[in-house]
Amino acid sequence: MNKNIDTKKVIISNHLKLDCGKEIYNFPIAYETYGKLNNEKSNAILVFHALTGDQYVSGKNPVTNKDGWWSYVVGENKPIDTNKFFVICANVIGGCMGSYGPSTVNETSGKQIGTDFPIITINDMVNAQHELIKYLEIEKLFAVVGGSMGGMQVLQFVANFPNKAELAIPIACTSSHSAQNIAFNELGRQAIMADSKWENGFYSNYKLNPDKGLAIARMAAHITYLSEKGLQEKFGRKLQDRDSLRYGFEADFQIESYLRYQGSVFVDRFDANSYLYITRAMDYFDLSKQYEGNLSDAFRISKTKFFVISFTSDWLYPTSENREIVMALNSIGADVGFVEIESDKGHDSFLLDVPSFLKTLGDYINSTYKVINERRV
Amino acid sequence: MKEEFKIISDLIEKNTKVLDVGCGNGDLMKFLQENKTEDIRGLEISKEKVQNCLSKGLTVVEGNAESDLKQFPESSFDYVILSQTLQAFLNPELVINELLKVGKKVIITIPNFGYWRVRLHLLFKGTMPVTENLPHEWYNTPNLHMCTIKDFYNFCNTKNIKIFKSIALKKSRISEINKSNLNYKNLDSHLGIFLIES
Repeated sequence: MNKNIDTKKVIISNHLKLDCGKEIYNFPIAYETYGKLNNEKSNAILVFHALTGDQYVSGKNPVTNKDGWWSYVVGENKPIDTNKFFVICANVIGGCMGSYGPSTVNETSGKQIGTDFPIITINDMVNAQHELIKYLEIEKLFAVVGGSMGGMQVLQFVANFPNKAELAIPIACTSSHSAQNIAFNELGRQAIMADSKWENGFYSNYKLNPDKGLAIARMAAHITYLSEKGLQEKFGRKLQDRDSLRYGFEADFQIESYLRYQGSVFVDRFDANSYLYITRAMDYFDLSKQYEGNLSDAFRISKTKFFVISFTSDWLYPTSENREIVMALNSIGADVGFVEIESDKGHDSFLLDVPSFLKTLGDYINSTYKVINERRV
Repeated sequence: MKEEFKIISDLIEKNTKVLDVGCGNGDLMKFLQENKTEDIRGLEISKEKVQNCLSKGLTVVEGNAESDLKQFPESSFDYVILSQTLQAFLNPELVINELLKVGKKVIITIPNFGYWRVRLHLLFKGTMPVTENLPHEWYNTPNLHMCTIKDFYNFCNTKNIKIFKSIALKKSRISEINKSNLNYKNLDSHLGIFLIES
C-alpha cells in the first residue's frame, strides 16, 4: 500500500508472457533476503508468500512495524535458520508491496494502473520470481517452501522448473481451487466492488479507497482461516467490554469486535485491487488442468524431493486435497513425505506457534540439507 | 529387534527400492539406509511416529496400509516390508494382496503365536498370552489377527503365494523353515520371517 517503503527491488527487463496473453517487461520485483548465500550457493531457500503476505518473512516488517509474517518459521535459530540458510522472499506480481501490481504508478500518466493491470495467474507469479532467482545468479535452490497460496506457487514452481530445487515443501494448500475456495474469494471481491469508492478500480485517481469493502472481504476470509473449535474456545459468546447485550448493532460480542479490528488494520496495509487480482489468480489455479487432467505429469520429470504438510482443523485446504498431491507424487514414484499435523488453529496453523509443526519442519529441512550436502562432497 | 533387522537386510539386494509398511519410528528404515539402500520409503499410521521419522529426514507418508497402499503403482518397489504388523490389520488378506501388488517381492515378519512359551501360557495360566514380543493384555492389544508360523506357511500355499525363503528366529538363533521341520519350528521360534512373491 505504502509506495514509499525502501524495499529491495529489481527491474526485470526480460519479456514475460502472461497466461492472459499480454506481455510484460521492465517490471519491478520487490524482495527481501535473510542470512548469507554460501560460496557454493547451495543454501538458498525461496519462500513464497500467501494471499496477503509480502516479502517481509522475518524480522520487523517496515510497513506494519509488526513481526514478519513467518517469524515462527524463518529467522535465527528458527526452523529455517538464517544462520545457515539464505532465505529469499519476493512480493508476488499483482501485490502491493513494491512488485508490479495494480497500485504501481504508470510513469507516463503518473497514475496508478488500477484495473488496467492484466489478470495474472499463479504461473505468472512463479515465472516472475524465477527471473529474480536468475538475477541473483542461483543455479539451484536448496528448497522452495510456502503455505496456502505459497504452497500453490511451490507446486507450480517445480512443475515449471523441475530441477531448480532440491526440496519442495507445499503446506496447507491444494493443486486446484475448489468451488468453496472460489465462493469465498468471490464474496470478498463482491464486497470490494460493491463499495461505491471502488470506482471500477480507479479509486486512487479520485483519492478514494474502498476500505469498507476491503475490510468486509478480510473479515469473511479471516473466518475461513480459523476453525470452529478454535473460534468457540477463544471467543465463545463472550461480550466485548460490557456486561450485558445492548440491543443494537454495535459489536456486542468479542468475535464481532475481533473481526472488525482485523478488517480495519488490514485496509491500512493492503490494496483493494491487489486483493481482487490475487484472489483471482488463486481461483484460476488448477495445476492438473495444465497437464490435461493428470496432476502427476506436472512432476514426472522432476527429481525434487517433496514434503507435504496439512493440518487437522484446516477446512479451507483440507487434508484430503493435500493428500491428492501426495498420491499424484507417489503414483510416479517421487520422493514424497507427508504428515497431517494435529492443530485446532485451522488454516492459519502454518503461520502460528504450532510446536509439532515447527519441530517436524525444522528437523526435516536440516536433516535433508545434511544428507544432500554429504552427497555433494 | 536387531536380529530381525539383520535377517531382513540380508534378504534385500543392494541399491534396490524399498517400502517399509508400518515403519514406526523408522529404526528399520535407518538400518537399511545405512546398510543396503538409500532409496527407501515408509508408510505409518501414527502421526507422532511419522513426525519422528520425518525429523530424521526419512521419507515417510502418513497413512493406513489398508486404504493407502493403492496410491503406489504396481511393482513400484523391489521389496515391500511388513515387520510384525500383519496381525494388527482388520483384513490381513487384503493387505497381503496389496503388498504383493506394490512390491515385486514382499518380506513379512510375524510374531509366532505357536511358540511354546505362548502355548504354555494359555495352557497353564489359562489367560491370554503376554510375552516379551506380545506385551499387551487382551483388552488393549492392537493385535486383531494373531497367527502362527504354520498358519502363515499354509496360507501362502493355499493362496498360491510363492515362498522364496522362510526363516525362523529364536532369541538370536536363525534357522530355515521347510516342510519337514515346520511343526518343530512352529513350536520353537518366536518370530517367522518370510520372503514371498505373488
